Amino acid sequence: MDTPENTGPDELPRRFGPIASLVRRELLLVGAVLVLLALIAIRFPAFVTPANLASVFNDTSILIIMALGQAAVIITRSIDLSVAANVALTGMTVALLNAHVPELPLLLLVALAFLQGLVLGAVNGFLVWKVGIPSIVVTLGTLTIYRGLAFVLSGGAWINSFQFSAGFLGVPRAEFLHLPLLSWLAVAVVAATTLVFDRTSIGRAWFAVGGNPTAAVYAGIDAGRTRFLAFCFSGLLSGLCGYLWVSRYAVAYVDVASGFELDVIAACVIGGVSIAGGIGSVGGTVLGALFLGIIKNALPVVNVSPFAQMAISGAIIIAAVTLNTRAERKGGRIILRPQVAAIPAE
Amino acid sequence: MTMHAHAPDSAPTFRAIPDRLTSPARNFLGSWEALLLLVAIAIFGANSLASPYFLDINNLSDATFNFTEKAIVALAMAFVVIAGEIDLSVGGIIAIASTAMGAAAQAGAGTAELVVVGLAVGAVCGLFNGLLVARIGLPSIVATIGTMSFYRGISYVVLGDKVYSAYPTDFAFFGQGYTWGVISFEFTSFVLLAILAGILLHRTTFGRAVRAIGNNPFAARFSGLRVERIRFIVFLMTGLAAGLASVMLTSRLGSTRPSIALGWELDIVTIVVLGGINIQGGAGTIPGVVIAALVMGLVTSGLGLLNVPGIIMSIVIGAMLICVIALPILLRRLLHKWRSA
Repeated sequence: MDTPENTGPDELPRRFGPIASLVRRELLLVGAVLVLLALIAIRFPAFVTPANLASVFNDTSILIIMALGQAAVIITRSIDLSVAANVALTGMTVALLNAHVPELPLLLLVALAFLQGLVLGAVNGFLVWKVGIPSIVVTLGTLTIYRGLAFVLSGGAWINSFQFSAGFLGVPRAEFLHLPLLSWLAVAVVAATTLVFDRTSIGRAWFAVGGNPTAAVYAGIDAGRTRFLAFCFSGLLSGLCGYLWVSRYAVAYVDVASGFELDVIAACVIGGVSIAGGIGSVGGTVLGALFLGIIKNALPVVNVSPFAQMAISGAIIIAAVTLNTRAERKGGRIILRPQVAAIPAE
Repeated sequence: MTMHAHAPDSAPTFRAIPDRLTSPARNFLGSWEALLLLVAIAIFGANSLASPYFLDINNLSDATFNFTEKAIVALAMAFVVIAGEIDLSVGGIIAIASTAMGAAAQAGAGTAELVVVGLAVGAVCGLFNGLLVARIGLPSIVATIGTMSFYRGISYVVLGDKVYSAYPTDFAFFGQGYTWGVISFEFTSFVLLAILAGILLHRTTFGRAVRAIGNNPFAARFSGLRVERIRFIVFLMTGLAAGLASVMLTSRLGSTRPSIALGWELDIVTIVVLGGINIQGGAGTIPGVVIAALVMGLVTSGLGLLNVPGIIMSIVIGAMLICVIALPILLRRLLHKWRSA
């Protein structure tokens, strides 16, 4: 590393560059999670037994999977508000298929969930990439369309637990090495996402495009295509979660996961993913999701009314984003608007 | 690519020096507002063909109720979006202000006090958003996702599964009353506020400053604009507008539940974006927002007359949002291709 003598006022931000501050933030988050657990354990030691922690992890699995998809999108300086609607639509599709054609193998349904999620994500990505509509507008629109389509498919009817086949409900609950398959799926997605983020060119491109789209274009990265793939990734994982959600709660209706997109974004933000793009990590995102998950599971235990949960999550999001912004302050500012990146490199 | 500048190849042989190269009328015809107006007229025509009850004056008056509250917040939100920010907490502000009014009504407050409470709570919430975004420097989308949960969460803490409905009878005027004949108080307020917002955005230095900040906050600061203060003010305005919408909605419904105005932030942002306000900041007009609000109102009331369920309406609105934004982009691209070919 260069000696920081010649940097003058920029010395501080350079020393605590994005990588260093990310590691620091992850340690801070681990600390926060541990302190939280310790505080709960003082009064309710039963909460921190391995069995209960495993059930908290299982309960948070869906949030972890979706937060990782969202992290990829946010890292490319976009946002995907349609993830919860994707869950509702994909969940409804597989639930209807299972209820009406119970003999379809589960593997086919899961494959279909992946595929449909991917297609829904690709629609978002396509509108962002090829038509050039800002991602917040696109996903605001598709959010209502996807959830509306879930209504069109089901006619507003509910699919209840007795209508599902045993395998449909049972497989994510099947235990393997003391953890349900749902938890193992989350672990697998965490591992796969780590690989994608750290070891593939597309992962690197996501960070490059989010960090500085103009520089990424000059480096030969197609910013639009890169964003498109991030939306596909987010859609793919949301589709999987559509099946997992319906199976876990044994019910499918139009308002499944309503408002869950905000929890997903909150998990990313708490986990240190910068909404301005380019900064974030798998570890941080998982910790952010776990932090939210522990609080949700601990509130009823410590006798806080479930009605207080929303206010507390809100306060935590504000606190977390305040801390992140403090840590993220950069030395230099870009004066020109980053519009150059919008021009496709030809 | 060929990028040659137009050289002055010949001396002008005419003496007329026009002030404008294109007339204002032609400018308008090519504008976003004209396109929207066309959409609005088309929907109006389709509605009157689809349902014989649509053109009834009382029906038209009733139809204004389901969008004026959202439209009033959209007017203020336009300033926030033009300044390059977003406020997703407006639904939460409406809920917390309504809860505060309910609590005040239960404590025996009169109509005037209730209005003050509603507006004050809205203003305080807007102030808090402004503090987070302008002073602390949080990205507004995340900060207001946080305050959205926080404000509505407080409503849930106070009310739980209960409901406030003991409002004084004359409080009903703000949501159900009429100013002249079939013209409601809500609609009158919307028209007056729209004129006010139009003047503020298009005819004052404040409006120009908001646009400058949306285009480039750093350049705006270097040219001496108080970026922090102006950002603060636009969030305060939105809070106040949400407070006013809360007064009207509470008065119209006559009751408060914590789930009041749930999901309104998305409808309001849709109106703003549909109105041609650039979501990345810097550009947009109030007439656009007003026409977009009319379009939304016409679509929902027309589909309502046809007994279309609310969720199908939301598909239509979502699709309309994407199509209306995509269409000009695609047309321009097509035109460009056709010209260069």
